[in-house]
Amino acid sequence: MAPVQMMAFGVLAAVVLIGALWVVILKNLFRAALSLGLVLLGVAGLFILLEAEFLAFVQILIYVGAILTLVVFAIMLTARLQTAPEASASRQIVPAAVASLGLFVVLAAATLPLTWPSAPSAEAIPPAALGRQLIGPLALPFEVISLVFVAAIVGAIAVASPRRPQDSSH
Amino acid sequence: MVRFFLLLSHALFALGLYGILTRRNAIGLLLSVELILNAAVLNFVLFGRVFGHVQAQAFALFIIALAACEAVVGLAIVLSLSRNAKTVFADRVDLLKG
Repeated sequence: MAPVQMMAFGVLAAVVLIGALWVVILKNLFRAALSLGLVLLGVAGLFILLEAEFLAFVQILIYVGAILTLVVFAIMLTARLQTAPEASASRQIVPAAVASLGLFVVLAAATLPLTWPSAPSAEAIPPAALGRQLIGPLALPFEVISLVFVAAIVGAIAVASPRRPQDSSH
Repeated sequence: MVRFFLLLSHALFALGLYGILTRRNAIGLLLSVELILNAAVLNFVLFGRVFGHVQAQAFALFIIALAACEAVVGLAIVLSLSRNAKTVFADRVDLLKG
């Protein structure tokens, strides 16, 4: 890995880690959502570093463009309920910190002794090859995903739409 | 290089778990789930690059699409909850309690 790539990785990793920390510890949920956007942009930068440019653009387009906008909408729509007087913002901090730190240590202990190829052995994957996979061997999962999209949209509308007055009797 | 990426995705996953365990707000839980999904996507892309496998990126694409579905349905549930139960806190929802 070239020094400039190493430096870029360091900067992006710092952005991702600090953003992720903000996502889980900030009391203000709106700020937490914005720092999730920081994390997603950092991960998109890491994708570019891994020479997966298409995925980086998909990440920015879908995550930052669509999902984050949706989350911000939901936060604003429920803004009245966000501050319950008796409710603290978080619970069981110490056991949760122990559990997640333990998980991190276990995962790191499991993967660090393994040896990986030090440099990528293969060429970067071109977007054309990815497209050929999606219309060839992976055509069925690709179509199933679109079915899932339709189901999710219809389900979301059915769940979130307000009940009409004549329906409220039963 | 692979080790650093792996450590980063482990840290992302652990932070997401911490968020799921500590957040009381349902939207905060969804944000933490997104962190965990991103850790998984990062691993897929990393190993697809290291071993030169094409389908890794396709699976990362599927994960991103499913994350979008999950966010849509989850936020619809949160909106419906805020309307019916008048709360967004996951531990205050007791509509099914007799």
